[in-house]
Amino acid sequence: MSVTVRIPTQLRTLTGGAGEIAVEGASVGEVLKALDAAHAGFSDRLFDEGGNLRRFVNVFLADEDVRFLDGLATPVADGQTLSIVPAVAGG
Amino acid sequence: MVDFVTGLRCRECQRPFPAEALHVCDYCFGPLEVAYDYERIAATVSRERIEAGPRTIWRYRDLLPVDDESPVDLGAGFTPLVRADRLAAELGLGELWIKDDTANPTGSFKDRVVSVALTKARRLGFKVAACASTGNLANSVAAHAARAGMDSVVLIPHDLEAAKVTMTAVYGGTVVAVDGTYDDVNRLCAELTSERPSWAFVNVNVRTYYAEGSKTLAFEIAEQLGWQAPDHVVVPIGSGSQLTKVAKGFSELGKVGLLPEEPAVRVSGAQAEGCSPVATAFLEGTDAIRPVKPKTIAKSLAIGNPADGWYALDVMRKSGGSCAAVTDDEVRDAIGLLARTEGIFAETAGGVTIATLCRLAASGAIRPDERVVALVTGHGLKTVEALTGAEGSSPTATIAPTLAAFDAAVDSIEETPSR
Repeated sequence: MSVTVRIPTQLRTLTGGAGEIAVEGASVGEVLKALDAAHAGFSDRLFDEGGNLRRFVNVFLADEDVRFLDGLATPVADGQTLSIVPAVAGG
Repeated sequence: MVDFVTGLRCRECQRPFPAEALHVCDYCFGPLEVAYDYERIAATVSRERIEAGPRTIWRYRDLLPVDDESPVDLGAGFTPLVRADRLAAELGLGELWIKDDTANPTGSFKDRVVSVALTKARRLGFKVAACASTGNLANSVAAHAARAGMDSVVLIPHDLEAAKVTMTAVYGGTVVAVDGTYDDVNRLCAELTSERPSWAFVNVNVRTYYAEGSKTLAFEIAEQLGWQAPDHVVVPIGSGSQLTKVAKGFSELGKVGLLPEEPAVRVSGAQAEGCSPVATAFLEGTDAIRPVKPKTIAKSLAIGNPADGWYALDVMRKSGGSCAAVTDDEVRDAIGLLARTEGIFAETAGGVTIATLCRLAASGAIRPDERVVALVTGHGLKTVEALTGAEGSSPTATIAPTLAAFDAAVDSIEETPSR
């Protein structure tokens, strides 16, 4: 599956400034691993010591928070967009 | 003017950052917080200096992250602290106070945070003020941007209360209704911030400064109590930011010598049952805050994925506070109770706070020997829809314009007193 990953400003230093990266993977976890393989440094930034997403890292698949889905095990379909977004508050 | 900011600091990994338009640690995505030189503040600030200042949040400017002589100001803050003896008697409490933030310029506590945010945003060179909002923040950003001569772009969920939409649009900015929940709007704005770096999203890229405005609630409460801290405060939880910063405010008063020592204030949180991820974690005794899809009349607290939820939990637990989640019916009843006992008309979020106060008083989590302050953060005219059909939302009688009709109606009212 080819998936487009949207990269927030804070992580674009890892992608040479690119805001979108296309990578392969069958699940959210695989896609993020593939992202790290293509642009080293992502895993360290996104995951804590236990391999879970850091608590202020939000990941959305087709605009849905993956925590409402199956988390890193959530399957992805060809052509979907995965967004990495820092948690923000307010209202 | 000087300010006493030493920089920004990541709340998660403690990495330092410069005091620029930064809100997220670029390493771990933790939120950044303003760090101050408290020794220098202590050498400058005094009760007299504050009391000689304007009757707004800007009397506390030594403890705010701005150095602007002319802040973006509509007169936010220094709202009434009302002794609530009649409500206290109903609840079996002793000394109870209501911090009445309905009296702010756009009718909610958001004027505190926005005044600070746009003052700093203008200083940082931003020309456009933007935000994601459940309504109150939108009202305040649009109004303060108008005051500052800035353009505003405000994104809101499409199903907001009519008054909140009108109170935003009237100021002439751009209002975009999004077909989704607040969490959807918030996520969109978080992404937009990367694409529109010249816009100051007050709750995203200038949030670090914005959040500091909530500390003024603690400063004012202490000053209005004669420079004493309360024993217990009850604060509504949307994102958890306000509760966290109120606690920070009380702590700072001790750090800079405005109170003799850092006060021990119990901080309790209030949520609506239809959106209570923080209350659920508190009551279950876990650190895991599971995001939820909100369904409550308390739309200004309808944040299903509260970014400061962990910090709010930490404050409540460490301070010996409590937390509750109340039903929409309890919220409506509490709005009526506060109105008829104290003459204050709260929006639904205020109803959540007062309903939680009722619960915690009944359970003994708030004690009669405590000096208690409940924060009522927004005006009831903004959320009148929530009361449609409820008791007290329509005339007692409708009559023909004759004395006979009046007498008949009032006689029947006197025979059946409603309370």
